[in-house]
Amino acid sequence: MKFFRNLTIGQYIHKDSIIHQLDPRIKLLTTMFIIISVFLIGSWLGFLIIGLYLFINIILSKVNPKYVLIGIKPLLIIIILTLLIHFFTTQGEVIYQIWFLKITREGVYRGLFIAVRLFLLIIATSWLTLTTSPIALTDGIERLLSIFKFIKIPAHEIAMMMTIALRFIPTLMEETEKIMKAQMARGADFESGNIMNRIKNMLPIIIPLFVNAFHRADELAIAMEARCYRGGEGRTHYRLLSIKRVDQIFFFISFMIILSAFILKIL
Amino acid sequence: MFIHLKNVSFTYNLHMPFETEVLKSINLAINKGEFVGIIGHTGCGKTTLLQIFNGLLEPTEGKVLIDGIDIHKEKKKLKEIRKNIGLTFQYPENQLFEETIFKEVAFGPKNLGIKDDSLEKKVKKALDMVEMNYSIYKERSPFSLSGGEMRRVAIASTLAIDPEVIILDEPTASLDPQSRNSILKLIRELHHRYHKTIILVSHNMEVVAELAQRILVMEKGRIIMDDTPRKIFQDFAEKIESIGLALPQVTYIMYKLKQMGKPLNSGILTIEEAKDEILKLMKKKKA
Amino acid sequence: MIKFDHVTHTYPSDRENETVSLSNINLDIHKGDFIAVIGANGSGKSTFAKHINGLLLPNKGDVIIDNYNTKDKENIWDIRKKVGMVFQNPDNQLVATTVEDDIAFGLENIGMEEHKMKKRVEWALNLVDMLELRNSEPHLLSGGQKQKVVIAGALAMHTSYLVLDEPTSMLDPRGRKEVLNIIKKLNKEENITIIYITHFMSEAAEFNKIIVLDKGKLVLSGSPKTIFMQADVLDNLSLELPQITRLARLLSENGLDFPPNILNEEEMIKKLCLFI
Repeated sequence: MKFFRNLTIGQYIHKDSIIHQLDPRIKLLTTMFIIISVFLIGSWLGFLIIGLYLFINIILSKVNPKYVLIGIKPLLIIIILTLLIHFFTTQGEVIYQIWFLKITREGVYRGLFIAVRLFLLIIATSWLTLTTSPIALTDGIERLLSIFKFIKIPAHEIAMMMTIALRFIPTLMEETEKIMKAQMARGADFESGNIMNRIKNMLPIIIPLFVNAFHRADELAIAMEARCYRGGEGRTHYRLLSIKRVDQIFFFISFMIILSAFILKIL
Repeated sequence: MFIHLKNVSFTYNLHMPFETEVLKSINLAINKGEFVGIIGHTGCGKTTLLQIFNGLLEPTEGKVLIDGIDIHKEKKKLKEIRKNIGLTFQYPENQLFEETIFKEVAFGPKNLGIKDDSLEKKVKKALDMVEMNYSIYKERSPFSLSGGEMRRVAIASTLAIDPEVIILDEPTASLDPQSRNSILKLIRELHHRYHKTIILVSHNMEVVAELAQRILVMEKGRIIMDDTPRKIFQDFAEKIESIGLALPQVTYIMYKLKQMGKPLNSGILTIEEAKDEILKLMKKKKA
Repeated sequence: MIKFDHVTHTYPSDRENETVSLSNINLDIHKGDFIAVIGANGSGKSTFAKHINGLLLPNKGDVIIDNYNTKDKENIWDIRKKVGMVFQNPDNQLVATTVEDDIAFGLENIGMEEHKMKKRVEWALNLVDMLELRNSEPHLLSGGQKQKVVIAGALAMHTSYLVLDEPTSMLDPRGRKEVLNIIKKLNKEENITIIYITHFMSEAAEFNKIIVLDKGKLVLSGSPKTIFMQADVLDNLSLELPQITRLARLLSENGLDFPPNILNEEEMIKKLCLFI
């Protein structure tokens, strides 16, 4: 039960840096632009510019770069698979052959291109979540979404759901562990058997977990009502977000750099 | 079932950033038929210790021997262990998931290889033990029950396995006095009538004082006292109070009166014993 | 003042079998009162609690909080500002990702201006001795600490009546003590009215007044000393007196001129010293 006790919500690492103090909306928008730009970039130079930009941001944020690499680990398999698929299936000039598998020059080029793209995407999102606390993120998302109130996007409700989800993730993880242990004490086996069996064997965990979650939701709703919660109408915010000079400068510089990365293809 | 823990230590998240040593050098032998109570603060390692007993957790150091056999030498052995050592966690009603109470109570025995023909017998016996009428309850959904009833079904699902050793972690947590008393009655019967070995973790000192023959007091991952309730309350009352555990009310007053110089025996466990001791002293005074 | 005027309530699911959850409850609770409400399972304690802040409405009769009737829809939010509620499960009341944000939740709901909130949150945190833990995440707190955060959340709303529905039943002895000490302090120092639902008689002994419910009816009401004299009635209601009281009873039954309504260990020791 203790394993999850020390895990904090999200990937956030608290440091005293300019990046940490930036308005979350600015960071969210910047990350979005990076993502869009990474998909539109057509040149290695562009990748280099974005890569350098992200590298500088990470240095400025005073977070140990190893945490960014930790974020890449789980997706390493996908990146390698993507590389290999492109190596072997792209038509073109064969530069190497193992058995019946042919690696083409075009394949290597394409594969690396896409791999770098994925790489940069992961680094960009890692940077965002490492420097922005979950509360700041949800606040930022709520404010950005509330711009779209006129087309009835429920910004507040979405933010509330995200906050509650974040709050309960560690609690539910602990609950899952407890349920698993209780079923194992009754002889349940989660390790042996084929795929079909293993899925069936998960029912003794999934059903109690769902029942538990619904029960919590019920009680939480009553508690929220008792505290005068009645939806987003008229609600104020404890944490104020305000765009400062530093945010404006950061955004302007970032925007120029990101734009140049992708315009350079055209020039 | 002779349970022997030899120098057992357990560390969560070994070799990882949030490494915590939760059990330190536990040496412990539990004999067949004993009723052992375990007390200690939240975080002292009680729940971890319980999971060591039935092999849910493997010690990071030391050995767990059951009937002389190291249970972690062969992974297969663990299922055998679960047949003989039943463990009911805190708030066991959280584990209910089946469509009917019959299936729920049969889950344990089924997993451990009991065939269909004897299943019905086992389920019926288990439900009888928790005072739930088999024919009324067997087809009902576990989720249609009250909190106290759900708890009893969960306990029955461990009893149906018919283990020799029954471990209970705070079985009366959050229950009202009536439900609590019926669970305590059941536990007493499991020991006195069915001769099970019982290991009971509880915050309620009055319960532990009354039922247990032997108490283990834990603090910060170690067993700091291991003796009969009477001896522990008589000789170590001060230590118990100092680590923040509260003596049963009747034991507490005897301990305080003794401190004040009154010639009283402070190894008192029940109201009856307290009354007898007080009346005895009063008679002496009159004489 | 909280007034229960001939309050009767039946849950919709019970209408067919006509099980009444509250039956003709008449009760006045004054500002500054420190009251425990006890009863066996099914006695209506929780239902009673939920009537005080309008989570449930009476089918007959009225519940009036400081001249606001809970049945009037426009009043409900003002009532919920005055009447704070703490429930049994510490986890299922905390909504935000940090202690501070959770306490601010209620203030955000009532539309308090941003610059006023910070001070109010700090004030509430101080009252429950949790200021240093303001940035903690809920799942890392102990049960007692979580309940204190919930209490602080209510205090931040400048609640005058705090209703606690079995707030310690899921806590360990340390947590229970923490919660009881805080509410005693709040009643004494801030004059907050406390209405405390419990099935632990040993806890009820620490209050100024005890109300006993049985099958929806208010059957006994008085000081702990008065209530604890009624051992037979309490027995019939499946309520168990604390060990020390039962000992006192046993001693008085054995011919001693001993008061059978001892409330706690200290009192017992004092009285015994007169005899031995």
